[in-house]
Formats: sequence, structure tokens, C-alpha cells
Amino acid sequence: MVEHGDVRVVHKGGSKINFREPALSTDSRFLLCASGESVKVFSTATEECLHALQGHTDLITGVLLRPSNHLQAYSCSLDGTVRLWDFTDGILIRTYSIGYPIYGIYASAKHEGVIFIITPMHTDTNSELFQLVAVHLPQCGEQLVEAKELSAVLSNISSNPAASAFGREGQYIVSAKPLQLEVYFFKKHKSYSFFLKKDNQKGGKNTFTCITCHPTEDCIASGHEDGKIRLWRNFNHRKEYTYSTLHWHHSAVSSLRFTPEGTNLLSGGVESVLVQWRYNQESQRDFLPRLGGAITHISVSPDGALFCTSHSDNKITIIQSCVKVSAVIQGLVKGDRIRTDLMIEPRSKALVLNGKPGHLQFYSLQRDKLLYNLDIVQQEYIHESGLEQFEVVMAAFDASGSWLATVEERKQKAPELELNLKLWAFDDQKQSFVLNTTISAPHEGRITALCFPHVSDGQTTMLVSTSRDGHFKAWQLAAPAHTEDEGPSWSCDFLGAYHSLVPECCCFSADSSLLAVGFQEVVTVWTPASWELLTTLSQPPGAVRDLCFGRLSCSKYLLGATTSRLLCCWNLLTCSLEWVTSMDVSLLLADPLSENMAAFCFEAGSTDLFVFKPGEPRPLFSHKALCSGRVTHAVFVPREVMLESCDEASQWLNCSHLYFLTQSMDLLTFITKAEEDKLTASSKQLVVSDDVAMTPFHLLLGKHRDQLENPQAESRLSVEPIRQPSSSAGINELLQMPAHVLPSASFLCSMFVQSLLISVNKPSEQNKEKEEEMESEKEEEDSDGEMESRISRPEHMPSGESGCAAPALTKEEVRELRRLKKLDHSWMKGLLD
Amino acid sequence: MGEFVVHRVRFFDYMPSAIRAMAFNGSTQRLAVARGDGAVEIFNFADNYFQEKVIPGRSDRAIEALCWVRGRLFSAGLSGEIIEYDLEKLRPRYSVEAYGGPIWTISSNSQETLLGVGCEDGTVKMFEILEERIQFQRNLDRQKGRIISLSWHPSGAQIAAGMIDMIRIFDAETGKSTLKRSSQNRTAPKTHVVVWSVAFLSNDTVISGDSAGKVQIWDAVTGTLIRNHLITKWDVLGLAVSQDESSVIAGTSEGTVVQFQALASTMGQENNQWVRTRTFKNHTHDVRALVHTDTAVVSGGMDTQLVVRPLLDKVEKNTQESALRKILFPHKSLVCCARKAGLLLFQFPDHLELWRLGESRQAGDRLPVMKNPEKLIQLQNKGEDHICCSAVSPCGSWVAFSTVSSVRLYKLQLSNGNISIKKMLLRAFSAFLSFPGSSQPIHLLSASENGNWLAAANTDGQIHVFNLHKLKVSSYLFLHCTLPVYSSCPTAIAIHPTTGHLLSAHADQQIFEFSLKLKEYTAWSRSLQREGLHPLWLQRDTPITHIAFNRNKPAHVFLHDAFMFCIIDQSLPLPQARKKLYNQMDLKTISPQKRMQESHAFKICKMFQHLLSIHLLDDSSLVVVERPLADIVSQLPPPVRQKKFAT
Repeated sequence: MVEHGDVRVVHKGGSKINFREPALSTDSRFLLCASGESVKVFSTATEECLHALQGHTDLITGVLLRPSNHLQAYSCSLDGTVRLWDFTDGILIRTYSIGYPIYGIYASAKHEGVIFIITPMHTDTNSELFQLVAVHLPQCGEQLVEAKELSAVLSNISSNPAASAFGREGQYIVSAKPLQLEVYFFKKHKSYSFFLKKDNQKGGKNTFTCITCHPTEDCIASGHEDGKIRLWRNFNHRKEYTYSTLHWHHSAVSSLRFTPEGTNLLSGGVESVLVQWRYNQESQRDFLPRLGGAITHISVSPDGALFCTSHSDNKITIIQSCVKVSAVIQGLVKGDRIRTDLMIEPRSKALVLNGKPGHLQFYSLQRDKLLYNLDIVQQEYIHESGLEQFEVVMAAFDASGSWLATVEERKQKAPELELNLKLWAFDDQKQSFVLNTTISAPHEGRITALCFPHVSDGQTTMLVSTSRDGHFKAWQLAAPAHTEDEGPSWSCDFLGAYHSLVPECCCFSADSSLLAVGFQEVVTVWTPASWELLTTLSQPPGAVRDLCFGRLSCSKYLLGATTSRLLCCWNLLTCSLEWVTSMDVSLLLADPLSENMAAFCFEAGSTDLFVFKPGEPRPLFSHKALCSGRVTHAVFVPREVMLESCDEASQWLNCSHLYFLTQSMDLLTFITKAEEDKLTASSKQLVVSDDVAMTPFHLLLGKHRDQLENPQAESRLSVEPIRQPSSSAGINELLQMPAHVLPSASFLCSMFVQSLLISVNKPSEQNKEKEEEMESEKEEEDSDGEMESRISRPEHMPSGESGCAAPALTKEEVRELRRLKKLDHSWMKGLLD
Repeated sequence: MGEFVVHRVRFFDYMPSAIRAMAFNGSTQRLAVARGDGAVEIFNFADNYFQEKVIPGRSDRAIEALCWVRGRLFSAGLSGEIIEYDLEKLRPRYSVEAYGGPIWTISSNSQETLLGVGCEDGTVKMFEILEERIQFQRNLDRQKGRIISLSWHPSGAQIAAGMIDMIRIFDAETGKSTLKRSSQNRTAPKTHVVVWSVAFLSNDTVISGDSAGKVQIWDAVTGTLIRNHLITKWDVLGLAVSQDESSVIAGTSEGTVVQFQALASTMGQENNQWVRTRTFKNHTHDVRALVHTDTAVVSGGMDTQLVVRPLLDKVEKNTQESALRKILFPHKSLVCCARKAGLLLFQFPDHLELWRLGESRQAGDRLPVMKNPEKLIQLQNKGEDHICCSAVSPCGSWVAFSTVSSVRLYKLQLSNGNISIKKMLLRAFSAFLSFPGSSQPIHLLSASENGNWLAAANTDGQIHVFNLHKLKVSSYLFLHCTLPVYSSCPTAIAIHPTTGHLLSAHADQQIFEFSLKLKEYTAWSRSLQREGLHPLWLQRDTPITHIAFNRNKPAHVFLHDAFMFCIIDQSLPLPQARKKLYNQMDLKTISPQKRMQESHAFKICKMFQHLLSIHLLDDSSLVVVERPLADIVSQLPPPVRQKKFAT
């Protein structure tokens, strides 16, 4: 067995962005949101993820702006650390080690150097009791600081961060337990508790769900299970406290926030309606309905310009303060279950799975962004429980990504199953899949498997589907029978059966010369060319649940997992059983880029992973107790850049990532130590040393000043990212002359704009010539490809230089010359002038 | 306890009248309630909210407002008269015509020297309060449109008047209008806004409630609107301010009472703001009248119930004081029973009904009615005055009733289906209204069965027993004895037919037994006082309104209030405080020997609810007169329409 010391299971990509309340930066430009083990910084204007703050080694449970510095943010995690970030540049400033898992974080401007965290009362992990702890952050310059000064403030509180809140100016902290409100005053060291009855006669459920405090007045707003909002006042009296009740929500209020001025109260719940109450004029409300999913968190930017709501469908909606949606940040939609497998779209390498009802979502794992949704069912979805509606249950891509097959079904009653098989062709112009063929009722029973052959030349013309009605069908792309029809469509080519057994799974071999179909206990091997049954393999008892051909050097092996807890490996050359091992395989998967296979085994309530090569007796990698419950969805995602790890245990991750979905719908993957180190190292680098904002104007002027100071250094730069304006004298004039002697602005403006323009001296022939050169260059030096795209064209070509030098020089010299040619020589002109 | 044949009577169409106005006198803890039929009821809040006095109404009297001035009660109504009531003789003392058309409101200044009334013709009239009467003093500036509401500034220098579409502030000295605030409905300018209620606070704040559903807070000096609370889609009908001016309640047409509190927005500072806090929903119809006592919100309205809702921040939690009280029925019996003849006399404000009970001959748990109950007579009262009280003799041949001005006696003859009624002339009616040494009216009378004794109780708690035997001889009422005065007012008294003990039940749920022979409390009464009554018994919130005895079992006493009836077996031990009071169901399940040990004197039956009366007939059958609440509600006009969620 191989140790898995340096391979770790992490949340990476597609993780929840609605887990905790996001934080909006003071200027409302950035949105910080906890996403798995990193904090993502989104731009509120463009919805783009700017960067991810990496460093935590467990789930992040809270993000908070630092009250004393609005360019810094705290994050806390279950790994027991609080980290301070410079979120605009993505730099980790300091790590405070606490030592206990942290479930939430609070801070207040009045409590300088103190943060408040939620930790378990007892050190054992499954403790249900939590406490609020004040942590005095030591003031020292080191990177990693151990915070030892802890003092408990409130005990026995809820682990939900929404159930506690700081009051006006940090004078008190409020915490809600199921039926009790506790207010702790820091100055007096005194706490008051107010109790509610469990239920009242009218069916109200008084359990607290969330809490928030008015920023300038002494008023606490609490949300309740039955949709009521209570506004508590006078809570510094044990008896004369009072509250008023607002009721609009019909089920639990999940989040409450006051706007920074305290003029409005925002509330949200399952209704997916954002309600804005006027403070002190509560009969006036504004609504923002149809937000698409239950609201789980609301946050408000410190300047009050933006609100944002997190939704249960892993979405963050950014809302302007005039209650208008301005942007939507959508994460990977994870419903309560996934019917389709996890798939990789071969063109974009996007992860494909069920998304919105009736849709397939295309999710880019590299960019961690939802690309688009493809409407498969093309029928309006009715949001009402108990209705039988069409669901996408199966999908498959062919090897080149030009075809997509989907199966949708609607079950009203068991005998009247409605099935549709749809085939979608990739349209290069639309850059999307277009419906090609709809086959209604392709089988009489439910379809159990769908498979395209792996054709390398790109022209897929076959699809195999197996069904509970005892048949498997091969579908063929055929030219239309009627000549006036515009394109080819799919039709049934072959119908196969074996002893009226039910086929459960099918698989094409790597070269698509063989098709294996598992008919309960029997595996039949067919040749698709002539649809001949070549051989049958079987290993009774137990039906075959999963079939998988080996790849590359192991393509002679066929692996099958049976329900009788066996994993069998047949050698197709000898048609005999190569080896068999006893394990309850819930999912068998082959890496398309290597010989490796992954088997998820269900053992004693949790899942183990084995990665092996069919030809070798020893597994490459094993991981016991990966997660609880069965893993039924996993996928190998090809890497963009191959890793060159020679470590035995992590070698199998060189070509592909392995993503899998746990029963609790968490998308997890494996990460090697080396990769992790690389990530943390890159995040530690200072990106910009200057404290000046990087405006285009700064780039223009700042660079110029550098040049003037040391022109030699500039000449040594191999790559000049920003093209230098040819005559910077105009700018100098503009900036250095006293204002009262300057000519009119309109005159200056045209001069300034002209100085920025690229002067085109040479006619277009030279450009053409150069383009050809560039292309040839690309072929020669692939590794430089990325750089070249950024290099701007030099405007002053020493004419004739390339022409005379070309024939005599060697290849290396040519390359060197080209490099020189690409340099910016405008400074020379300046000197000459 | 025994088994009884029960006549479950539900044909008494008793319909209480809507509450129109209320006034609370903090010094005497008396609440005056004016009803739609012109009756005024006085509740003693210091004595378990007991309804001590009822001044019967008149059919032409419509009271719009009530006002206490130093223990004197004034009312004004649409008849245009101001009436002062004689709270001892329970009738109007005098009435003064205001000559301004119907009067909508009446209010006295805090110095209690002037009475201001708002009239239909737009005048505020000032009346000086003299010792024995009131005298017209002056008119304030006459306005266009009626004066709906009035409120004095606590200093007495200014008076705020709510009118249609505006609020005016008058100088009480000069009578000039100093400030006019239009409270017109901006969203719908065509419709008029009626300012139903105003309240003038000592910090020069005026709070108004109007027909647009708004409670508005104004600065009386500058006339600016400080805050506007929209609390209902319908009308805000009433406002009431607490004594310390920290809390205001508003009653709406939806039946809700909304509380506003002056709270500091930040702790430790004095910038109080009026914040809407609690909402009480105890009514189904309009809340017309509101009172804010120190500890409770008292509200009444169209649905005829008087609701006392204690403010939980002012009283101890989980005590008797913190319980919600609803006063549904009068605290006196409106039903009289001829126990020999099986007749029931029902008292209505303007007539009496005499019914014969139905009959049934079968045996079993549920007896089918063989002979329907039958209405024998409806006796209509002549004149405008309403009936105060009525009685029928046990034999069923005499019926008597009285109004404020007269007593009438009728002789009935019921002979095989023929009914004849004859008005008897009362030859010499010696009216004595009070006991020596007390001016309070007598509210309870009870004669012993043999006609020898007459017990009378007044609202001061005095109980006197007279010897009637000697009356026959000397035509002079001879005082037999006086009971020791107990602090709480008696709610029911009765003399035992065989032992001659006088049993009295009081508003604080205490029970006393007094031997008329020995002129002292009996041993049972002493032991009851020594051991104390069961806490659950003391927590009941309706008074005992009738006491009866069983001739066959002299140890049994029948008592009832609105929600239970009880038989006290004086031969059994009294219940211990820690034992279960309502143990009838438990006793059925245990063995007879144990049952003997477990059983105690109080046997309580809660089978009948909303009880008006229970009588024991001579054939040992019980007559239970119920008035289910649903029947009353069904006779009320429909409430304002409210949008209910998911309808």
C-alpha cells in the first residue's frame, strides 16, 4: 500500500460561494467570498473573479473586512487559523494561529486589536456547544503569530454566525439561542437574557434564526422560524424591554441586515424575495422578487451603495441600493441530487452536469466559473413541488466534442414513462450545441447507459444506448433520405439483445473496435463494424454493474465491477480472467490520458479510493475513508499543463485531476504537495511594490520617469510590456509647465492625443511580411508563444536590416535578431533629438 | 355528587350591547363603561374587576363620551345633553342641554375645574364644574365642521380639538384658535379624514389618530408633523395615554390595539422617539374605547367584550395579575327560575320573557326532548327606561320587575293552556335604598325559602339580615344582624333553607358561611378560612353569580361562575393546596376505597361553558342556561374585511 502523505483532498473549484456571508469592500468595488479553502475576490462591476486568496487548509468559515484598515480582510477557517489579507493585491499579511476550529468571526471598530471568534466549547470535534471568544491579536511583524490571549465572552451559543451580532458602536454583542436572546454589554460586563415561548397558540414558531443590530440606534432585529421579524428595544432593562413585530415572510427569515445609515432593514428567506423595510415606517416596504433561489445571506457594503444576497443555488446577486439587480455571480449549481454523470466537454474542458431544472450546466473548473446553461428540455419549469416534469437523466459527449447525446425522462406512472433521446451537434458559428435529432421513445424501458465510441479522426457517427427493455441499440448518423433536407440526422442502425437479459452498462474499447455490453452476469463483446457477437465473459454470481476498458498499453484489459463485491479483469487477447479481487466498487473510472483507473469502493459506511493500472498487481495510490457515504459521481479532468512529479504516490495525478462528488454534494479533488507549495508561494509574492494605484496614466508617466533615470537598464529589458509613446515631450510640456502659461486645453488635448498615436511610417506590405514572419516564428518556438502575443509591434523598423541579414545567418542568429527587433528603440530617437 | 337531569337551555337570546366609551378613574380604580344601549357600568379594578354598579340605559340615550371628575361621572351623547350620574341611586342626577347639537366628546382639564364638550356645530363649549351641578361658561371660537375629539394640555392652558381634516389648538383662556394643522389625506385628497382621537401631552406633543389609519405625532408649538405611523388600512378610532406619558395605545377598526412607546433611540440619552412596539389583537370588531391604566391596556368595542390586557413589563410574570381577562357577561344573574313551576324568566333591557321548560321522559345519557320549551309571555316594558332587575316567584304566579322609576308586579294564572296576566297595584312601596352609615346602593337581595329572613348586600361589602317574620306583624323592617364587613364585594348571597346559614361569595373568590341563629361564622367557614382555598380556585377570573342549595342533601351547595359549576360537599374534607382541584375524572378511574380518601369538598364540572345561570328545580333536575359565544358573534355586524395570507 502506498502512503498518501503528500496528496490531500481539497475543495477546489465549484465549491460553495453561498456558504457564508460575503463581504463587500468599503468602496463597493470588490466582493470577498469564502469558497471552499480560498477566499475569492470578485469585481462587483464585471462579476469576474479577480483572484483567490489561497492559504487555508480547511473550509473557510468567515470573511470580514478589518475595521481599522479597509484594504485588509480577515478570514477564519476550520483549520484553526485567522489570516489577514491585503485583498486588493491578494497578499497574505499575517497568520494568527488559534488552535481550535473556528466557525465564525466578528470584529468591531471599537475593539482595537481584538477579534471575536466562535469555537467549540470542548476540544472534541463533534461537540454541539459553542462559545464566543475574544482573541487579542499580538502586534508583531512576523508572518505566523500564535494568538494566546483568549477570553470567553459568551458561552453556549449557536455555531451559526448569523445568530450573533455586534451592537451600536461595538458597545454590546447580541447572541440568539433557539428561544433566548442574550445581550452582553462590554462596559458593564453585564448580560441580559430575554426569553420567548416555544410556540404560541396561533401556530407561530418563535425560534430565532438570525439577528442584526441597528448601526446608530439601540435596536436589535431578530428573524424567526415563522417568518416574523422582531425589533427589540430598551433591552438594557430586565423587565421593561419591548419589541415590535413585523410579519411579511411566510416561512423562516434567513437573513437580516440594516443599511449602514440604519434607514432601511433588509430581510430575505425562502421566498427568494428581498424585502426592504423603512426603519420606523415599517408599513412601507419595497420588494425585489424573483431572485431565483432562497436567500441565505444578505450583506451590505459599508458605503451603502450595494447589497448582495447569497442564494441556495450557489449564486450571489449584487443589488444596487435602488433595489435593482446589477450583477449575478453564479457558482456551480448543485441541487439535492445529480442524475447525469460528471462529464468533461472535450472542447472547452468544462465540467458538465445537471444545473437548473431541465438544463445542463457547463462549468469551467480552471476559471471556476459557470460558462453557460444549455436548455435540454426546452419546456417551462414550474416551481411547484409534487409535479412530474421532464428531467435530464443522462448525457454523453463524443471524443471530439462535436456531438452531445442527452436523455430526458418524465415519469408520471411507472408504465407510462416518457423518454426522449436528443442529439446535439456543436455549431462552430454559434459556439454552442444545436439540437440535431430528437428521438422520442427510443426504448421501451428506462435507458441504463449511453456511449459514444472513441474515434480519433473526429467523425463520430455512432451511439450505443442500452435499456431496461432488454435491448441495446446502435444509432447511426445517416444522410437524409429526402434530398431537400438540410443535414444528416440520427437513426437506429442495429438492435441487439442477449438471451432476453437486461443490459446494465456498455463500454467501447480505446480504439473503438470492440463494444462490451454487460447483460446482468454476462459481459458480451461485439464488434461494431459487423455487429457480431465475438465472445462472452462472465463471473457469476452477481450482475455486472460497471464496465471499463483499459487505455494505452493496457487496452487489452476489460474491467468489470459486479454486485457481488468483485472487481474482475479480463484479458481480451486470451479471453480469460486475468485477476479478480473482492471489493464493493461503487464507481469505476478510466483516465483518458493514461493507463490509470480509479475505483471508488464502499466499505463500512465510507468510501475508499484505489488508483491502479490494470496490468500491475499493486495499486498506485489508495486513500482510505475518503468521505462518508457512497461516491457515485467522479471524473478525470485533463490538466492543461502536465505535472512532472516523479513521486510515486502522486504520479497518477500528472495528467489529470480527479474530481468526485460526495453524498453531501461537495465537489472534492486531490492536490499534491508540490502543487500546493507552488500556489502558496505565488500568493506570497508581492505583485505591486508601489503604493500608487496602477492607472493607465501612471503606467505612462511612471515608466517614462524610470527610463529617464536609467536608460541603460531599460535597454536590457528583454520584454517591454507597454509601448512607449514616441514623443513624450508633449506630455512633459503638459505636466511641467506652469498652468498659467499653458495654451488652451483644446490645443493641448489634440497634441496629447497625437503623441499617443502609433505613427505608421511603413505601408501595409511590410506589415504583411511581418505577419508571415510571426507565423513562422510560432512554429519554431512554441514556448515563446504566450509572450509574443503581448509584445507590441515596433514602429521604427531599421529598414533593410532584416532583408540583407536573412540569407547568411544561422537559425540562432535569426532568432536573436528577431528578439532585438522586437525591442523598443524609441528611446534612441529621444536621444538623437 | 350525584346525578342530575339537566335542562340545557340555549334559548335565552341574551345579546350584550357594544361598548361605546370608557373612562377610568385612577384614584378610585373605577372604570366606567358606556354601552350602546345607554347603560353605564362601573367596574372596580381594585376588587378583581368586579362589576359593582349598572346604571340602566334609556332607549333614547346614546352616550358618546364619558368623563370622571373627582369621583363624579359625566356623560355626553348625541342627544346633545351632558348628564351627571348619581352613583348611589344608580340613575342620572341631572342633565344639562349644551345647545350645540349632538355632542361628540367631553373632556375635563387636569385641574378638574372645567369641562369641555365638542359639538356638532363646531363649537367647543366650556362648562364650569360646581359642587352640585355644572354651569355653562363660554364658547371657544366656532369652527366649520364638527368637533370630534378633544384633549386638554395637562397645564390646562390649551386644548386640542380633532375635527374633519384638521386639528386645532385653542387657547383655553382666550378661546382663540392658535394653530391649525391640516391632516388631509394627501394620497386621496377627495376623501375626508376624520380625526377620531387626539392626545395632548405635557411636552407640547399632539398625537392624533384618524380615519386614514394613521397615528400622527405633531409638534404643538410649530405645528409640524414629527412622525407618521400607518397602522391600519381602516380607521384609528381611539387613543389612550398612560399616566407617565411614556406609552400611547391606539385602537383600530381591525380590532387591534397598537402600542407606541417613547423610547430613547440610544441608551442613556434623552432623545425619546415614539416607536411602534406591540400589537394586541383581542377583538374581532372595532375597538371604540380604550383606557391605559398603569399596568394594563383596557379595550372595548363593537364585539361587546371588555378586555383587560396587562402589560407584561409592568406586572410580575406568571401571576394572576398578568393573565388576560375578558369580561363577557354581566356579573349578575339575568335569569330567574320558578323552581316549583319549572318556569324561567329572562330579563332583556326592554322586555321580559317567561318560558316553560321542555320535558323528556326517557332515561339515558342524552334525553330527547319530548315537549319543546315554550315561550309563555313576553312582557314589554312601557316607557323609555330599561329594566333594572326582575324576579319570578317560586310558584311561578308572580312576576315583578323594576326600572329606574317604577316597580311593577304582575299576577300570572296558568291553567291548562290559558294564560292570564294581571297587573297588581303596589299599595305601599317603602323605598329604602341604603343601609344606615353607608350611601352605597344595595345590589344583592336574598330571601330565605320559608320567608323569614331577607339578606341584603351593598357594594361597600356590608351584608344585613332582616327579619321578615316581624314585618307581617309590624310593617317595619327589623334588622336581625349585620355580618362583619369583608374587604371584597359580595357577588352572591343565599340563605340555607334548612340550617339557616347565610352563604356569601365574594369578588376575590372567597366564600363565607354565617350562622343566623348564632350570629357568627360557622365552624366550616372558619376551617375554610384557616386552611385557605385552593390556588386554582382563587385564580378563576369570573365571579360566582348564584348560590343554590339542594333540599335533599343539606350539605351540598351549588355555585357557578361563567365557566364552571361546583357543588361543595360540606361533609367532605377541604382540598389541600398541593392536591388536584379538578379531580373528577381521576376519581372515576380509581377504586372506591381510594376514591373516598382522594375526594374533597369541591366537585367541579366544566362541561357547560359560558354559563349565565344554574338553578335546581324541586324535582332535583338542574337548569343550565348557556349562551355560547358563537351565537353572540353571529349576531354582530360583519367585521371589516381584512386580507388574510393565502386567501
